[in-house]
Amino acid sequence: MTDVLAIADHRRGELRDISFELVTAGRELAAETGGDLHVAVISGDTERFGEQLQLDGVDTVHTVEDGEEFNHDVYAQVVTQLFDAVEPQFLLMPNSVNGLDYAPAVANRLGLAYVSDVVDIGVDGSTLTATREMYGGKVETTTAVEADQVAVSIRGAEWPVTDDTGDADIEAFEADVDESAVRSTVTGFEEVGGGDVDISEADVLVSIGRGIEEEENLDLVRDLADALDATLSSSRPIVDAGWLPKNRQVGQSGKVVTPDVYIAIGISGAVQHVAGMKGSDTIVAINTDPNAPIYDIADYGIVDDLFDVVPALIEEFE
Amino acid sequence: MKVLVTVKEVAAVEDEFQIAGTSIDETYLEYDLNEWDDYAVEEAVQLQEAGIADEVVAVTIGPERAEETIRMALAKGADRAVRVWDDALEGADLLDVGAKTAILEKVVEEEDPDLVLSGVQADDDGFGATGVSLADALGFEWAAVVNHLDQDSVESGTASVRRELEGGVEELTDVELPAVLTIQTGINEPRYASLRGIRQAQRKEIAPKTLGDLGLDAAAVENELTLTDMYEPETESDATYFEGGPEEEAAQLADLLREKGVGAQ
Repeated sequence: MTDVLAIADHRRGELRDISFELVTAGRELAAETGGDLHVAVISGDTERFGEQLQLDGVDTVHTVEDGEEFNHDVYAQVVTQLFDAVEPQFLLMPNSVNGLDYAPAVANRLGLAYVSDVVDIGVDGSTLTATREMYGGKVETTTAVEADQVAVSIRGAEWPVTDDTGDADIEAFEADVDESAVRSTVTGFEEVGGGDVDISEADVLVSIGRGIEEEENLDLVRDLADALDATLSSSRPIVDAGWLPKNRQVGQSGKVVTPDVYIAIGISGAVQHVAGMKGSDTIVAINTDPNAPIYDIADYGIVDDLFDVVPALIEEFE
Repeated sequence: MKVLVTVKEVAAVEDEFQIAGTSIDETYLEYDLNEWDDYAVEEAVQLQEAGIADEVVAVTIGPERAEETIRMALAKGADRAVRVWDDALEGADLLDVGAKTAILEKVVEEEDPDLVLSGVQADDDGFGATGVSLADALGFEWAAVVNHLDQDSVESGTASVRRELEGGVEELTDVELPAVLTIQTGINEPRYASLRGIRQAQRKEIAPKTLGDLGLDAAAVENELTLTDMYEPETESDATYFEGGPEEEAAQLADLLREKGVGAQ
């Protein structure tokens, strides 16, 4: 029990980046345990996915044919069976939306200690140490997991994507799926919030977050966007509150944007938001909290009250 | 139909704070209802108002102080509440998913709801796992990260939900009841508790339960996870800061933006 088993993630015919990040994380862990790295891909075009996962450091790729798309009832059963077959020390799963939908069930079924959304992992003797965030990212913690076998879900974009080809064995795994235990049905997918504006096409984005406090105050940033000839976008809470439509949301569950200039106003910079805008050429942040994580990726910062800075900025352009 | 909502009191941390060992000093914490759970409560209350749910019960794991938070759920329309706490849980920095699952499983067995609603995650520990783990332990169906629930479908015994995937894509899924749904923010607009609601909440029952009351012992909530360190993340900022008061800062930023060709038209 020194091996590592990582479960790939895919959607609509494509392996997702997190699959290749899982390989990197798994390779690091396997190097520490001295075991093999097994990667499994379940459902979809497993033949093509299997070849794509023949990466440097991967010993075995297990392909499991079962339908086209993710179904948590199938995944929970198959991953449990794979775990019993491979007997790994560490089971790595993605902390993606699909990971959230099956990983806890697998951990429960196998009676495994489960540590989720980790941003770094290491092995200290036989103890797994996991780095996680708490309180919305205000602190980082180290958690020691005292168990022989552990289930872990990893946060996206924390490990580099790997694409170095290797010579892993590809083995088809015959899972015994109990169809009577499949009581969920995926009936389709839908793109949300097309709407009038495509923020992913904008050259300049004025983006607003919780710091705006009240819906009425949105007029202030609208005025700024007009003055700068920019497009208005926002972080999640503004869309959740119904103040702006979904097609204006930047982030993991919204749009990925890459403008020339991104002005983040009253946005703290939660990891889900940053995932959607870190590719911007120039990032400007205006926030009263000097420790806000948005400053970690900003090129320019103003630590001040947006209700003072924004009117002054509008004046500059009028 | 009975709906059970799991709620959690979470601590919000002030901008400036100090860490004592593996926790944040009490002085810098403010307690509130977990944001995701607020949306779960609202969804349950809406099912009740639509005549689909006959009863909404809120359950929490927390010390006596947490009753303030659970009264918020009662003030918004939950009928009654169950609060589980025990000396065996006192002093744990972190309650792992297995422990929470073991406790909530017993409460669900006692209450026998048709639907359990839970926030996707709690803002303090951020595990994002209890709802799905609980469903699996109960043999219930489930769906995680739900941002729409078709109320009519619930009446017919199948929850038709939308799951919010990454990148602006939603998955349409049907799950058989009984089920646990983990609720994403934005699924609805959580109401503010009315004064009348707050007054009524004072008279609603919050039943305290110990592990023993649920037929559990301390071994059932033994933690395999130990918090060994807590620290402020290192800032990696190499940003250029504009300083000197709002006007001056705005002027410097304006220069930069003009240089980049912004607002040139």
